[in-house]
Amino acid sequence: MEIKKSKKTAVDVNAIRKLIKKHKKNDLAFAALGMFVIASLTITLIILFLDLVLDGYPKFTLDFFSNFPSRRAARAGILSAWVGSSLVLLVTFFVAVPLGIAAGIYLEEYAKKNWVSDIIEINVSNLAGVPSIIYGLLALGLFVYSFGLGQSILTAGLTLALLMLPIVIVSTREAIRAIPIHIREAAYAVGATKWQVVLHHVVQYSYGGILTGVIIGMARAIGETAPVITIGALTFIAFLPPSPVSVDPPFLNFEWLSSGFTVLPIQMFNWISRPQHAFHINAAATGAVIIILTALMNGFAIKLRYNVRKKIKW
Amino acid sequence: MVAKNKHNEIIKAESRDLNFFYADGTQALKNVSLPVYENKITALIGPSGCGKSTFLRSFNRMHDLYPGNRYDGQIILYPDNTNILDPKVDPIEVRMRISMVFQKPNPFPKSIYENVAYGLRVRGESNARVLDEKIEEALKGASLWDEVKDRLQDLAFNLSGGQQQRLCIARALATDPEIMLFDEPTSALDPIATVNIEELMSSLKDKLSILIVTHNMQQAARISDYTAYMYLGELVEHDKTGTIFTKPSKKETEDYITGKFG
Ligand SMILES: Nc1ncnc2c1ncn2[C@@H]1O[C@H](COP(=O)(O)OP(=O)(O)O)[C@@H](O)[C@H]1O
Ligand SMILES: [Mg+2]
Repeated sequence: MEIKKSKKTAVDVNAIRKLIKKHKKNDLAFAALGMFVIASLTITLIILFLDLVLDGYPKFTLDFFSNFPSRRAARAGILSAWVGSSLVLLVTFFVAVPLGIAAGIYLEEYAKKNWVSDIIEINVSNLAGVPSIIYGLLALGLFVYSFGLGQSILTAGLTLALLMLPIVIVSTREAIRAIPIHIREAAYAVGATKWQVVLHHVVQYSYGGILTGVIIGMARAIGETAPVITIGALTFIAFLPPSPVSVDPPFLNFEWLSSGFTVLPIQMFNWISRPQHAFHINAAATGAVIIILTALMNGFAIKLRYNVRKKIKW
Repeated sequence: MVAKNKHNEIIKAESRDLNFFYADGTQALKNVSLPVYENKITALIGPSGCGKSTFLRSFNRMHDLYPGNRYDGQIILYPDNTNILDPKVDPIEVRMRISMVFQKPNPFPKSIYENVAYGLRVRGESNARVLDEKIEEALKGASLWDEVKDRLQDLAFNLSGGQQQRLCIARALATDPEIMLFDEPTSALDPIATVNIEELMSSLKDKLSILIVTHNMQQAARISDYTAYMYLGELVEHDKTGTIFTKPSKKETEDYITGKFG
C-alpha cells in the first residue's frame, strides 16, 4: 500500500533557517561582549593581586602578623593594624547590623506608604552613593567633637557603621521583598499577628540575603581609608588597645572602645608614602592581606546564598 | 436560637448585602447575601473575575492585609452573631475561627511537622505531647498521615503538589476551625490529586462547614450540597446543587451551566 505524504507547498524552510541563524548571531555577539568585559575585569584584578603578592611575598611570615610597625622595615609588622581593623569592624558590625535590619524590616513591613516614607526611601538609596570622605567629615564633627568620643575605635566603628547601614537596609528590604505574597498570606490565614509573621517567617526566609548584604558591607568597610583618616586615626601605633575579654569577671571590658588605633589600609598608606623600597614591600603584603580578606568574605557570602537557595525555593 | 432559612438548613454564617471595594475603587461585590450552611459544602461558581475570590477572602478578612480596601455590609457568624466585618472585631480573631486553603499549595519552607504545628504555635501551644497529638490528628484528617508519618521532619517542599495541598489542608485543620474556605484548591493539581482532595473535602464536612470557590463546574456538581452562581460581582442564584445543575430558575445560570456562556 502506498503511504500518503503531504504534498502541500511547504513554508519557506530556508528563509526560517536563515532568520534563526541571524538571531543566533545576536546571541553570540552579546555573549562574546559579556565574556570580554568580565574577562578584562577579572584579569585586571588578578594582575593587581599577583603584583602585590610578588612584591610582598617575602613578608608572608608569622612575624609580619605579630610585629608592631617599626622604623626598620624588615622588622615592621601589621599587628596593631589587623587588631585595630578587627576591633573597628566589631563595633561596626554590632551597630550597623541590628540597626540596618530593624530599619529594613520597619520600612518593608510597618511603614505606611506616604511622603515621610518616600523621603526616607530616597535618603537611604542616596546614602549608599555618598563618597566615604563625607562620612568622615560628618563623623569628625559629630562623633569626635560634638559627642566627644575622640579619635577612637568607637568613633571609627560608628563611622563605618554609617557607611554600611544603607547596604544592610537595602539588602534586607530586597530579601524581604523576595518572599512570595502567598507565603505571607498562609501565615496570616492561620491567625498570626504581624510580629509573628515577621519573626517566624520574614526574618527566617530572608536571613540569607540579609547576611549576604552584611558581609558585603563588612568587606567594603574593611578597605575604607578616607573616612578613617579624616577622623584622625593614627598612622604609627606600637601598642595594642586593652583586650576586650579578660579572664576575671565580668570578663568583658570596654576600655578598648576609647583607645587610639590604626587600621590595615592606613598602615598600607603609611608605608607606601615612605621613600625606602623596603617599606613598599610591606605595603604590598598588607594590600594582599586586605584583598584576601575581602575575597574570603565575599566568597563566604556567595556560599551562604547558595546554601539558603538550596533550602528555600519558592 | 439557631438561624435557619428557606432550605431549612442550619446557617453557620451569612453575608448580608455585602459590597466590597478594592483600593483602586473597583467594586468587586455588589449586595451579595449568601448563607453558608453548617456541615454542608457551599460552592461558588462563575466566570473568572466575577468576584468569587473576593467574596471568599472577605470571610477571613484577608483584604485587611492591603491598605485601602473597604467592606460594606455584614458577614454574621453564628452562634454568637458576630459581624466579622465589624472594624471592632480583630481580623486575627476571625482567622482563628475560619481557616483557608489557597489556590496554589503554599507550605512554609519548614518541616512537614512545623507546617501543621504553625497554627497551634501562634496560639501559644508549646506542649510537645499536645502538638504531636494534634498534628497526627490533622494529618490523618487530611489523609496524609500514612504518607508522611516516617518523615515529619522533612522539608514540606519535597512533597508532591497534591501532598503539599493536603498538607495545607492539615495546617488549616489543626486549629479546629468552624469554617474552612477553599479557593480553587485543585486548579494546580493533576486529576488523581484532584480526586483525593475532593474526597477529602467531602469527608471534612462532618466536622465543619465549607465554602469553596471552583471554576470547575463538574467539581461543584460532584462535591457540593449547595451552589451559588456569581456574575459581575453579583449573586445570581443560590440553591441546592442538584437544582442549580438540573433546573436553575434563572436564564443566566442555565446559560453558564450549559456552556452557552462563560
Ligand atoms: N487587588 C485588586 N485590586 C483591584 N481590583 C482587583 C483586585 N483583585 C481583584 N480585582 C478585581 O476584582 C474583580 C473580582 O476578582 P476576583 O474576586 O479575583 O474574581 P474571581 O476569583 O471570581 O476570578 C475582578 O474584576 C478583578 O479584576
Ligand atoms: Mg479567583
